[in-house]
Amino acid sequence: MPVRIQHEDFDIAAESRALQDRSVGAVALFVGTVREAAGAQDGDADVTAMTLEHYPGMTEAEIERIENEARARWPLAGVTVIHRIGRLLPNDQIVLVAAAAAHRQDAFDAAQFIMDFLKTDAPFWKAEERDGKTSWVDARDSDDAARRKWGQPT
Amino acid sequence: MSEPTLTIRYFAWMREHTGTAVEDMALPAGVDTVGALLPHITAKSRGHALALKNMAAVRVAVNRSYGDLQTPVAEGDEIAFFPPVTGG
Repeated sequence: MPVRIQHEDFDIAAESRALQDRSVGAVALFVGTVREAAGAQDGDADVTAMTLEHYPGMTEAEIERIENEARARWPLAGVTVIHRIGRLLPNDQIVLVAAAAAHRQDAFDAAQFIMDFLKTDAPFWKAEERDGKTSWVDARDSDDAARRKWGQPT
Repeated sequence: MSEPTLTIRYFAWMREHTGTAVEDMALPAGVDTVGALLPHITAKSRGHALALKNMAAVRVAVNRSYGDLQTPVAEGDEIAFFPPVTGG
């Protein structure tokens, strides 16, 4: 299914229902949200807003490539990826990755795989506002490690 | 006769350094890879040089697929430079 890159919020329940068909017994959904609390590597100030930019054309192509890779690895009935852009506030939803399959292990694994690859490959960049100042978020080594554990492309 | 044209895009803090999100440039004579193109870009301004100072921290895409300094470039290509991605 084509990935959706949009400013608007999404409805998880509606997206889950949309993936249900007669072959589906498991829908695994991941939602990424704007965390307000500062982490250990973020300094002391809470996030007051987050702005997401992307590379139109390449972002969609990369996420579709990742989805195709997931479909090659697991028997999936459906995949939905929705990623928001623009200025978001604390507790806002950012991204939905949903995978539907006959059985739960395939659905869980595919959803995690897609998120791990989206974190390292999909061209988005976050800028966070804290204390009235805006700064670009740095990529994390833990994201590269998560991607590596899935091994090489099939 | 049309001038050979490359489209160069910059994102995030690299765009802030170069001062532009997108620009066109002619394909310089003898340039056939991203690596060979690089000095022609860093020469454009101090901001361009600063954006691309540490290529280990720069991701490269040619025609919207990931590449690197060895990736070939040809007339009409779109080349993008950006920091490691932080979506999700």
